[in-house]
Amino acid sequence: MAVAETKNTQLVADIPVTTGWTLAAREDAKARLAAAGLPGRRDEYWKYTRPDAMTAAEAPAGEFVDYGEAPVFSEVDRLKIVFVDGVYDAAQSDDLSLEGVTIERLEDAASADIHWAQDLYGTLETAGQTPVARPLATLNTASAKDGILLNVAGKVSKPISLVYHYASDTSDAMLHHVVKLAEGAEITVLENGPAAARFNTVMEVDVADRASFHHVRTQGRQHVRNSATHIFARTGEESQFRSFTMTVNGTLTRNEVVLDIQGDNALAHVAGVAAGDGNAPQGYHHDDTVFVTHDAVNCESRQVFKKVLRNGATGVFQGKILVKPDAQKTDGYQISQGLLLDDDSNFLAKPELEIYADDVACSHGSTVGAIDDEALFYLRSRGVPAADAQDLLVLAFLAEAIDEVADEAIRELLLTRLEAWLARRRA
Amino acid sequence: MLEIKNLHAELEDDGKKILKGVDLKLEPGKVHAIMGPNGSGKSTLSYVLSGRDGYEVTEGSATLDGEDILELEAEERAAAGLFLAFQYPVEIPGVGNMTFLRTAVNAQRKARGEEELSAADFLKVVRAKAKTLKIDGDMLKRPVNVGFSGGEKKRNEILQMAMLEPKMCILDETDSGLDVDAMKLVSEGVNALRDEGRSFLVITHYQRLLDHIKPDVVHIMAEGRIIKTGGPELALEVENNGYADLLAEMA
Repeated sequence: MAVAETKNTQLVADIPVTTGWTLAAREDAKARLAAAGLPGRRDEYWKYTRPDAMTAAEAPAGEFVDYGEAPVFSEVDRLKIVFVDGVYDAAQSDDLSLEGVTIERLEDAASADIHWAQDLYGTLETAGQTPVARPLATLNTASAKDGILLNVAGKVSKPISLVYHYASDTSDAMLHHVVKLAEGAEITVLENGPAAARFNTVMEVDVADRASFHHVRTQGRQHVRNSATHIFARTGEESQFRSFTMTVNGTLTRNEVVLDIQGDNALAHVAGVAAGDGNAPQGYHHDDTVFVTHDAVNCESRQVFKKVLRNGATGVFQGKILVKPDAQKTDGYQISQGLLLDDDSNFLAKPELEIYADDVACSHGSTVGAIDDEALFYLRSRGVPAADAQDLLVLAFLAEAIDEVADEAIRELLLTRLEAWLARRRA
Repeated sequence: MLEIKNLHAELEDDGKKILKGVDLKLEPGKVHAIMGPNGSGKSTLSYVLSGRDGYEVTEGSATLDGEDILELEAEERAAAGLFLAFQYPVEIPGVGNMTFLRTAVNAQRKARGEEELSAADFLKVVRAKAKTLKIDGDMLKRPVNVGFSGGEKKRNEILQMAMLEPKMCILDETDSGLDVDAMKLVSEGVNALRDEGRSFLVITHYQRLLDHIKPDVVHIMAEGRIIKTGGPELALEVENNGYADLLAEMA
């Protein structure tokens, strides 16, 4: 990649502090970025999604639309941590103390000389650069000022809820979170909110043996928002990792999940629902890029991604399961499906399996289709109005992905959001 | 109740004429059967009446209690009291049977300006009706018709009919794919709904269903028209002699 060519016109890593434990990781990231360069349109990994908005020197202006709905997790008993345009806001946040977890703000912790997160910050991100480079994450490691560091020692009684408020249409935010779960620890992390006009996040998650990490995220609220997120996780023996993302609205969303299953008998589920309307001012483009590596025996991984698209919206799925030679008894499943509500929308899928072990069960499927006319008529013939019948079928299509959310109350909150999105279509 | 006059319909995509002047009149409380060879237009008649896309009515009329139903959307016809029991009930993965039933019942009530049933009231009614059709709780919870046997699907159709309480029921080859016991169960379900305010149009290939659901009038349909109308004995005649004689008469 031509770094010299891009340097003048595009983002360069800007290291925020010059002392403390993060400095080495940030300098390393800056050097790696200089060597690799930012993603360009010709990169194979960016074949279906244009990175321009994420790499431009200035953040493209955003636009927040207020539907008057309460934020999605308002009713959940949680510990709330608020960021406004990507900056931690103590006044709106809860007290950062909760049994079983140490919570610190990255910016506060970064000036210390030594820190528990030192072994993780940038480390999992670096590991996730092979075999495919993810320069936006490297940029984040070098440049992100703020974020949350969670050191989870036990079973945490309520979710940590990261709430991203939006104040300025020109906000350009980067957050870098690190979550470390000790053996047997359990935590749920929620993320929601419109965040910023341009939003780049990295979450590095280290799940020790028998630990359990649950993550549920919603992205929405702005029609015009450009965002790229990365989750890098490594998981230990008999651990559980579950991450679910629901995305409605957004000019560009690229969600990458890079999972390294290192301990035997572990479970890892990644799922997502995207609902997009291309009639938004700058359209809708949603990309899920997932890379799951099995490097342990008898582990189960699932990728379940469903997208419902209309009015020229585009959905992308790039998902890979890599099974290393010793990862016998792997049970890998991957499904990606697009439901197109008209002839203008697109769903582009690149499912991949790469298997070097001989005793595994891996399956993958990818489909794209329209609403089933037979089912629609069946419902209408029973008196269900056409628009209601279509909504019912859309929700039925999304159900397999939503069912990946283990918590029923949270599942209901997500369904309510989707129903509202569907209802707005009729207005 | 249902009155069909000189109904002509063709396939929208290739213009193939299927119905070529159907005349039919059903009085309230009556059961009419339509028999006929394959390709005579029996199922098309049921689809045209229930409002399925893909057919164009080129001539004639169909009214339900005087109201022109051909102008209505499928869901409006349902709310007006028309019900089609499908020959091949559709599987809908992801939609629970109970949700489906409740959505349908309440959509019709809403369309008629009636109050929607509460979850508790609905549950009570559906459980009682399901029991008489030997539909267990599991079948109510599962996605609509997914993994149901042929008999279960047909029983599920009758359950929907029982819940929606339509005044005009069209049964499209409800006997297809049923063994003797299932046919008996389904017929009992239908017979339990027979009422002086409710009419049935039973479309079938075979006389055997009519042993269980006894018709008042039997029509023979061929080449898109009703070619003969008579009493129950007409069905027996077809069973013994086939359609050849009737078709020869027509020619």
